[in-house]
Amino acid sequence: MADIEAFKNRDGDLNKVEFTQVEQPGSVGFFGHMKGFWVTFSTIFKRPETIEYPEVKVPTQERFHGRHQLNRHPDGLEKCIGCELCAWACPADAIYVEGADNTEEHRMSPGERYGKVYQINYLRCVFCGLCIEACPTRALTMTNEYELADDSREKLIFEKDDLLGPLRAGMLMPPHPMYPEMNDTNYYNGDVIQAHPSQDVK
Amino acid sequence: MTTAAAVEMITVVIDGFEVSVAKGTLIIRAAEQLGIQIPRFCDHPLLDPVGACRQCLVDIEINGRAFPKPQASCTIPVEPGMIVKTQLTSAVADKAQKGVMELLLINHPLDCPVCDKGGECPLQNQAMSNGQGQSRYEGVKRRFEKPINISSQVLLDRERCILCARCTRFSDEIASDPFITLNERGALQQVGIYEKVPFKSYFSGNTVQICPVGALTGASYRFRARPFDLVSTPSACEHCASGCDMRTDVRRGKTLRRLAGDDASVNEEWNCDKGRWAFKYVTAPDRLTHPLVRNEAGDLVEASWPQALAVAAKGLKEHASAVLVGGRATYEDAYGYSKFARVALGTNDIDFRSRLSSDEEREFLASCVVGSTTTYRDIDLADRILLVGFEPEEESPIVFLRLNKNVRKRGLKIAAVASKLSIGVEKLKGEFIKVAPGQEAATIAAVSLTAKSIILVGERASESAGALSAVSALADSTGAKIAWIPRRAGERGALEAGAIGNLLPGGRPVADAAARVDIATLWSTSSLPSIMGRSSDEIIAAVHSGAIGALIVGGVDPLDGANSASALAALEKAFVVALEIAPSEVTMRADVVLPVAAVTEKSGSFLNWEGRARSFEAAVHGSLNRSDLRILSMIAQEMGSPLNLGTVTAAAQEISKLGVWEGVRVSMVPVSPEKIATLTGDQFILNSWRRLLDCGTLQKGEENLAGTARATIAVISPNRAQSMGVADGDLLKISTTVGSVTLPALVEDIHDDAIWAPRNSTGSQLLVNLGVAHGAVVTVVKI
Repeated sequence: MADIEAFKNRDGDLNKVEFTQVEQPGSVGFFGHMKGFWVTFSTIFKRPETIEYPEVKVPTQERFHGRHQLNRHPDGLEKCIGCELCAWACPADAIYVEGADNTEEHRMSPGERYGKVYQINYLRCVFCGLCIEACPTRALTMTNEYELADDSREKLIFEKDDLLGPLRAGMLMPPHPMYPEMNDTNYYNGDVIQAHPSQDVK
Repeated sequence: MTTAAAVEMITVVIDGFEVSVAKGTLIIRAAEQLGIQIPRFCDHPLLDPVGACRQCLVDIEINGRAFPKPQASCTIPVEPGMIVKTQLTSAVADKAQKGVMELLLINHPLDCPVCDKGGECPLQNQAMSNGQGQSRYEGVKRRFEKPINISSQVLLDRERCILCARCTRFSDEIASDPFITLNERGALQQVGIYEKVPFKSYFSGNTVQICPVGALTGASYRFRARPFDLVSTPSACEHCASGCDMRTDVRRGKTLRRLAGDDASVNEEWNCDKGRWAFKYVTAPDRLTHPLVRNEAGDLVEASWPQALAVAAKGLKEHASAVLVGGRATYEDAYGYSKFARVALGTNDIDFRSRLSSDEEREFLASCVVGSTTTYRDIDLADRILLVGFEPEEESPIVFLRLNKNVRKRGLKIAAVASKLSIGVEKLKGEFIKVAPGQEAATIAAVSLTAKSIILVGERASESAGALSAVSALADSTGAKIAWIPRRAGERGALEAGAIGNLLPGGRPVADAAARVDIATLWSTSSLPSIMGRSSDEIIAAVHSGAIGALIVGGVDPLDGANSASALAALEKAFVVALEIAPSEVTMRADVVLPVAAVTEKSGSFLNWEGRARSFEAAVHGSLNRSDLRILSMIAQEMGSPLNLGTVTAAAQEISKLGVWEGVRVSMVPVSPEKIATLTGDQFILNSWRRLLDCGTLQKGEENLAGTARATIAVISPNRAQSMGVADGDLLKISTTVGSVTLPALVEDIHDDAIWAPRNSTGSQLLVNLGVAHGAVVTVVKI
């Protein structure tokens, strides 16, 4: 303490500082060591926690934040309306969206607008899920997929095709018209259950 | 009109703070001066108060007597002894505002995710700042079919409308195009167009900009971006000489929209649809990206910059050369061309007037226009305005808006010397002084003006011999001011920069030895050419005669000239260096093509018709800011006579050193008008002007914009229509020895000898189709 006072007065010498010896704990003794080794020894008889990844994969928690998915309405039209609210909400600026007009000849989603370009940069994404909260149409959700590693930056920018959910039974690949006699509100209310034959324009 | 006389000030108390404002100030503006923001939708400082939205309710008390209920602060002017309590200090006002907001939101759809206004929406913002967090409404919202096109470029979502009447008031008061109105009453009230007349206004884009919700949206910007995607750059409009302040919004190197900037001394907060929506020419797929050089086989092939510059320099050195620079160059670029002609080519053969022009006009520009200081403010103070060869609505729309404001607010008297009563002059309630095309001079001389009057002269005045002499004489005899309003944005700048044969930069006459010494000193050259330069037409003729062997051409459309066939032949014959943004008639015939930056990609400035500098920075980066100036500088370097103008900043600095010319100005030699042509039965004298929206090069690829262009028609007078047996809609074939155009007839107020057709609209490109545009005798047959 006295040394510090000397420094304060600027008349001390740096080289004269002595380090105080801190009191070290003494030896734990023989039983102390045995106690530690017992943990190691007893583990030999337990079931191993490690798994042979990637041959074996353990399911994640149900609400694990993994890769995003762009969902479809039950007839195959996209739910995304290209509103960019996800991009707005994103704290990491990982999402890029460009909207465009739906036309009668080229309809990708119900209503007027669809997402023409949709990119998520997984080098930036922090999987916080704010984009999911922001999405007004539940078009964007997260899957449990966590295997997002690759060998180039480009491959980790996922395009719309990489993110869109698969076509399930009863769905048609857009572009195609809306379900007859239904409007976009019906779609959001869940009135459309599956594609109508008249929507198959191909 | 504020004059030197003291303005009566009134002191009021708002939220406990005293503020003194001019008499007549509205409470909402007095509050703004204290920094108190009262929420509002219908209120707009440039529109008349209407009190439509009721959002700005405040508690008011005058001399101890309170209004029984909250009042709209946007309609009530301040009065002595007034005590105002806004939402900040009055619980009643706050509750009233929240209630109004709740009512407005009852029928407002939850479209925000798909609405273009989302993110910059006054309703969204003020619902957050002054609304209730929760909605109590559980009923069904009003539904309308959406969106509906009220014109090809404006879309209307009636559900979103909060009936503030900003758009209808703008169209009625500012643009005098009352094509939209509020229809129906109550919950079904909606903005609508007349059954048969679409919203074909040249100013319709402003309604989109001032709409406080997303009810009116532009077709070309719809769903393109969100406000937070855009990088905004203040810019200037390159379309006409009005000189609008603009904002260019760019997303990822692509211009997505342009908005009117706020400059009270020029465009106030408005602009025209061309300025707002014609910008796709910049991103056209056929833009030039590499220098091209014509090889021995006669094909244009890509070349490196050093190679192209070397070929250009060699060709220009080998021949006597001249410069043709279009009226679209920036001030700095025009200055570069001007200096290039004098220093590198050693000639005064330079002309920026790539249009119909005359020597009389050149003298007029040198004697009456260069350095002139007539401004928009002078229009506000003028007692009478005379329009000569000028159609404000079509040729300089913001001048039209300023005239219209003065007509509406103080009954300004406007007179137009013209052959046809234009839609614009009709809207301005102007006096139509009818003359036969080509006979303007005598009529102008007879107009009575005072020293407070202004003569607005358009570029078309040069097409009528003697008209400009008459204007000059009239100004001299009455003391009226002259303002020359060309159509193109760069013409005034090019004039000041000396890109014309009889003037050096800064309005110095070429013929004046002292003026030449001035400029030679500035440029550090030993001497400057003293022979008066040729005009555009003379340059073309000199190419044909062999006196000129090379041309350097920048931003010129040869089809704009008096004799396009001759101009094209001259381009074929001469060695041509073309500086262009996209392939054109010139580049097809050029020997060296050098790609330059478009206006949004470079910095620079335009001088508008007032001579006011409108400078701008590059809005889109990554195009190397390759201005004409820089390329000219490189060619001159290659030729061994450097310009020392590597950057726009360098040019601007040199221009600022020019100073004003205080020597003798060029004086005008009066030109007498041509004789009246004698017409036979089926002959007419042609009259025409360019419309705002037409086949102009800078409007390429704008289908939505083109949709609101006015119909292509031929206008004849009722007398002639009767004698020819023509009714509206009958087809008329107008022909000359060059060719013919066939247009539907419209019978209107026009001189009996004249027939009017648009100069450069679809189906009526007169200079190409007929070879003439004004004052020539044409034969008209009913088909």
